Amino acid sequence: MYAFQYRRATSLKEAGELLAKDDEAKLLSGGMTLIPTLKARLAQPTQLVDVTGLAELFGIEVRDGQLFIGAATRHQQVADSKVVRDALPALADLASRIGDPQVRNRGTMGGSVANNDPAADYPAAVLGLDAKIITNKREIAAEDFFQGMFATALEPGEIIMRIAFPLPRKAAYAKFPHPASGYAMAGVFIAQTAGGVRVAVTGAGEGVFRWSDAEAALDKQMDAAALEKLTLATDNLNEDIHGTREYRAQLVKVMAGRAAAAVAG
Amino acid sequence: MAKIKMKVNGKSCTGDVEDRVLLANFLRDELKLTGTHVGCDTSQCGACTVHVDGRAVKSCTMLAVQADGCDVTTIEGMAKNGTLHPVQQAFTECHALQCGFCTPGMIMTVAAMLNDNPNPSDDEIVHGLEGNLCRCTGYLNIVKAVKKAAAIQRRK
Repeated sequence: MYAFQYRRATSLKEAGELLAKDDEAKLLSGGMTLIPTLKARLAQPTQLVDVTGLAELFGIEVRDGQLFIGAATRHQQVADSKVVRDALPALADLASRIGDPQVRNRGTMGGSVANNDPAADYPAAVLGLDAKIITNKREIAAEDFFQGMFATALEPGEIIMRIAFPLPRKAAYAKFPHPASGYAMAGVFIAQTAGGVRVAVTGAGEGVFRWSDAEAALDKQMDAAALEKLTLATDNLNEDIHGTREYRAQLVKVMAGRAAAAVAG
Repeated sequence: MAKIKMKVNGKSCTGDVEDRVLLANFLRDELKLTGTHVGCDTSQCGACTVHVDGRAVKSCTMLAVQADGCDVTTIEGMAKNGTLHPVQQAFTECHALQCGFCTPGMIMTVAAMLNDNPNPSDDEIVHGLEGNLCRCTGYLNIVKAVKKAAAIQRRK
């Protein structure tokens, strides 16, 4: 690891200023991606600004039909939270299957969403539920937030404070994890909302995306059979040693069918 | 450099560390607690698992400065007054190890798992061990040991 200076931010304002003043400074939350990246010498930040001591980045509550979760909330806290399990069990279930227990004890929702790994789980829930990302500067709609592989709408010095999930009628997440890494080869989040069915796919492409054909089909009939005649376009899917584009398209369909069955069941 | 202070296995410890020093290296190199193993160095194998404020974490994926002010338990802190912790006892009795390199991490993970869930099913055990790799045993005896440890702890 290259040398850097570690700073434990004492206020959100201070964290924002430290990051805005120094292009090479990085925000540190759970560190479950950043620290392995530093160990592999794939990044060389000047400073790490740790925000996990800031009280305003914690807290889970339901208000006005939305579930608010603080950005520094650990995955295991989301999985275990009675508030989340009652209000949005699909999200608690998703969190309980991220990475492994040690990762869930450290990794945070804000960190995962800000990193926008194309195979991360949370982005599927954020896009599938049409959630809002609330930062120290503004609110960003999920559609505008995710901008492809590891890219987001976040500006320098902008820090995710919390995420607001509109509560759906029902929702479910199904994923096919890579057997070694645990990352999603294909993960599908389906939500039945007042505005119709939303289907968000992670792991299969360059970033999380919506599958509009499946949304239309599942709006009429919420089960795997409704998807049978559909073929997901493979142009933007990943192809690597783990699977071809066609294989991933098939995985997405199977995972969508499982999530649909869970929503209907 | 940073001055850090943490409780390790019940004892207050201080250190002067570079900001980039990992908790695993602080425990091993500064405190000489070499029971915490570094297996893969890529945050996958879990051999370096310790408890920080009661939660299992990979100490190779946490900076020592992040643990400043925390309560840390390593494998050296598990046996009490010469008596093995129930998870250590069960691993011994079930022959849940061969080379033993992954064992400290396994035991720390399992102890934390049983704190949260004193009577896990086979599926829950396997799910709970996803962050720990063993290259020798094939895991069967490890799962047996977890069940045995759970039974020992429930009797206490």
